[in-house]
Amino acid sequence: MVKNLTLAGMPRMARTRASYIFGVGLFAALAVFGSLPFFQPPAFVESFLYLIFFWIALATSWTILSGFSGYVSFGHGTFYGIGIYSVARLSEHMPLTAAILLAGILSAVVAIVIGAIVFRIQHLRGELFALLTLASTFILSTIVLNTPIDGGPGVSLLVSVPSLFGSQMSTLYLMGMSVALLSVAVAYSVQYSSLGRGLFAVADDESVAEAQGIPTFAYKLAAFAISAFLAGVAGGIHALFISYVTVGETFSITVPLYVLLMSVLGGTRHWAGPCIGATLIASATYLFVSGDYALVTKIAIGATLVVATLVMPGGIMGVVSRFRRINVDQTTAVAGEGKPISQPPGVGPAGASPESVLLKCEGISLAFSGLRALSQVSFEVRENEILGLVGPNGSGKSTLINVISGFYRPDEGHVFLEGRDVAYIGGHRVARAGIARTYQIPRPFARLSVRENVELAAMFGAAASNPQRAADEADYWLAFVGLADRADALPSEINLHQRKFLELARALATQPRLIMLDEVLAGLTPPEVSKAIDMVRRIRDTGTSIIFVEHNMRAVMELSDRLIVINQGKKIADGPPRQVMNQDDVVSAYLGVPHVAA
Amino acid sequence: MNANLLAQSALSGLFSGGLYALLGLGLSLSWRFLRIINLSHFAMIFLAAYLTYQCTAIWKINPYLVPLFLIPLFFVVAALQQLAIIRFGIDEFGSIVATFGVTIVVEALLQLIWSADFLRLETDHLKGSMVLGSLLVPWADAFMFMCAVTTCVGAWGLLRFTYIGKALRANVENPAIASIFGVQSRRLSLLVAGSAGGLAAFGGVFIALLFALTPSQMYSWFGVIFATVIMGGLGSPLGVLVAGLLVGVSESFAMALVAPSWAPIVPFTLMVSLLTLRPGRI
Repeated sequence: MVKNLTLAGMPRMARTRASYIFGVGLFAALAVFGSLPFFQPPAFVESFLYLIFFWIALATSWTILSGFSGYVSFGHGTFYGIGIYSVARLSEHMPLTAAILLAGILSAVVAIVIGAIVFRIQHLRGELFALLTLASTFILSTIVLNTPIDGGPGVSLLVSVPSLFGSQMSTLYLMGMSVALLSVAVAYSVQYSSLGRGLFAVADDESVAEAQGIPTFAYKLAAFAISAFLAGVAGGIHALFISYVTVGETFSITVPLYVLLMSVLGGTRHWAGPCIGATLIASATYLFVSGDYALVTKIAIGATLVVATLVMPGGIMGVVSRFRRINVDQTTAVAGEGKPISQPPGVGPAGASPESVLLKCEGISLAFSGLRALSQVSFEVRENEILGLVGPNGSGKSTLINVISGFYRPDEGHVFLEGRDVAYIGGHRVARAGIARTYQIPRPFARLSVRENVELAAMFGAAASNPQRAADEADYWLAFVGLADRADALPSEINLHQRKFLELARALATQPRLIMLDEVLAGLTPPEVSKAIDMVRRIRDTGTSIIFVEHNMRAVMELSDRLIVINQGKKIADGPPRQVMNQDDVVSAYLGVPHVAA
Repeated sequence: MNANLLAQSALSGLFSGGLYALLGLGLSLSWRFLRIINLSHFAMIFLAAYLTYQCTAIWKINPYLVPLFLIPLFFVVAALQQLAIIRFGIDEFGSIVATFGVTIVVEALLQLIWSADFLRLETDHLKGSMVLGSLLVPWADAFMFMCAVTTCVGAWGLLRFTYIGKALRANVENPAIASIFGVQSRRLSLLVAGSAGGLAAFGGVFIALLFALTPSQMYSWFGVIFATVIMGGLGSPLGVLVAGLLVGVSESFAMALVAPSWAPIVPFTLMVSLLTLRPGRI
């Protein structure tokens, strides 16, 4: 497993400084490249730089959806093509800037329509998304070819580009530069905003992301729209550059393939990745392929792609950030320790009376194609209570947790959280309403550091907060579970016991009213179990109610205030632990029916 | 539009559908069982087509003999490529880029050796057509179709009934557990990759037989073959066959009934509706 980019790739204290540096860098680039036409360079310099900017814009826009969220699109040509033909057809009827803007908007609208359909598909696999987007390009190109939008012969742009600094090329160059810098700025701000963090989480584990309160559908749609808008604008400007557009050229394999290559070469999980990739590949193509040694150069480019993928699978930025991570580890290894554990604002024992009902499940039933996993399950969880939930394997415990957390919709029944029915509102809203969960087998976001995993939960959970506060809360909860000194590690670098505690920290960071612990003790050694039991008590002391699913009966009896037992999808017992465990049907569910005749 | 013309276009649709299946099968297998999206499959197909041209047209080797040595040769080449992929631990994402790099190199080499001009293989074998009632059936297409169907059904049988097939299916479900039961993951993956290479060679022979060749033409197959592979369900030879025929016939009808230029929209609309309406099936 390759160590990939972590979100920020740097400690968070440096974050504000980094965005300041980025801002300065962006303005410096604007000043340097923007003033170039003033010196009236030869036309080929401007057209060469224009092409690089064009590819930076396209590759960066592609990366915002596909690189960050992992939903690879083969359909970037669609949005580029919409941009091309919008400007080709509309520029005669309106000012150029309006036409270019409209090109972007049209692309975004089409992306939203496509996204609204395909992202609704439950558990859409990444490769299906890729192929659906590929199909969209073919469909669009056929429509354009067969309707008056093009009709076959291609479209010549009659509109003339105004001359700045005495040359049209300069104007195009400045336009290309603007859209490239805009794309990079957008990619940068997306990467470090909650949108970007949500997308990175989607790339690692979408259903966990949803359970942490990330509105995955809306985020994918937003990223798709942003990506398409930028591609549309870049396409629109490119229509002016080439001034004669054809279906064959516009919708060829070049755009969707090159953006992917550039992004993967540079690094798909960093805003700078596609920039670097686009600059390298576009320069190589421009400088060499047009020359005498075109074929030899082509072979060299192909070979470079192969070798680059072999030796640096995370792209160039992957290599860069790996070096950075090593340095960070060395400089901040001690910094995390000795930090005082202070209560993050908003956390404290709840004032509610211990007898009032927090969660009430009523008649929950769920069947999977005929198999009844849950039937008519009803129970309550009171404020500040630890409710044990036990039952044999396959009895429906995990299914019940999946229903309460909104991952499954029940066929019938209701889940009331303080009187509000949350059974049908979708996973991320359930999380935000204040229900958190852990997974039996820990499912951390593999490419985010331990701290970033917890930060994400703090950012999107019940007490959704801004990135800066989320970072503070993450530190608090990491210290709470004792993982402060492993905060910069990747989940693959910590052991199972620590990963289980990471699950806890993540659930706690959402500041839930109710936390569902799905077999947190499974696979732990006896001393670790004792530590974990302690931890559960401390969690309750923060005022959180707990549903505690466990096979370890010692822990269950020790911790539970009340116990419910599920067997074959039905609740068979509910009451004080000792009393419940002596009930005949509970005994027989666990140990089998005694064969001794009564 | 009369019935005869419709039948003729259905027939030609079936033929191109068979070719889609034959070309897509290797792609589908390596995608499913190796998690590799092997774009170089197309390069391999065209390399095989050019070699067929060279052997048959220039060196005058009997075209029926060509697959006999091309298939083993491509088996080895593809297995070597897979060995490199395993060695460097390339994921699905990376495989697209790496194999595209290979594709670019091969395309350039083809152009370097055989030039970008169209080449047409002229041979006395499989020339002309037979007449079946009112239908005209070209020998070459019919032979290709027969081979495509046989290959797909054969591949299905191998996966379904042999231990190798079962091991493959187990391996893709859960490699760790499969290896405990003695499944040799690495050897299997070389076998799958090699077979996909052999299939590329076989497909390439027919490309040479049926089409005029130019290196850049390989990219024009990407869309329709990927649509076929996806619709067929990854790793399912019969699925690929059915999907290929469906795509071929629907395309052919669109050409006959509406206009040839509308043809590409049909397979993709089919694919999109299938994916959106019944995503679970795929």
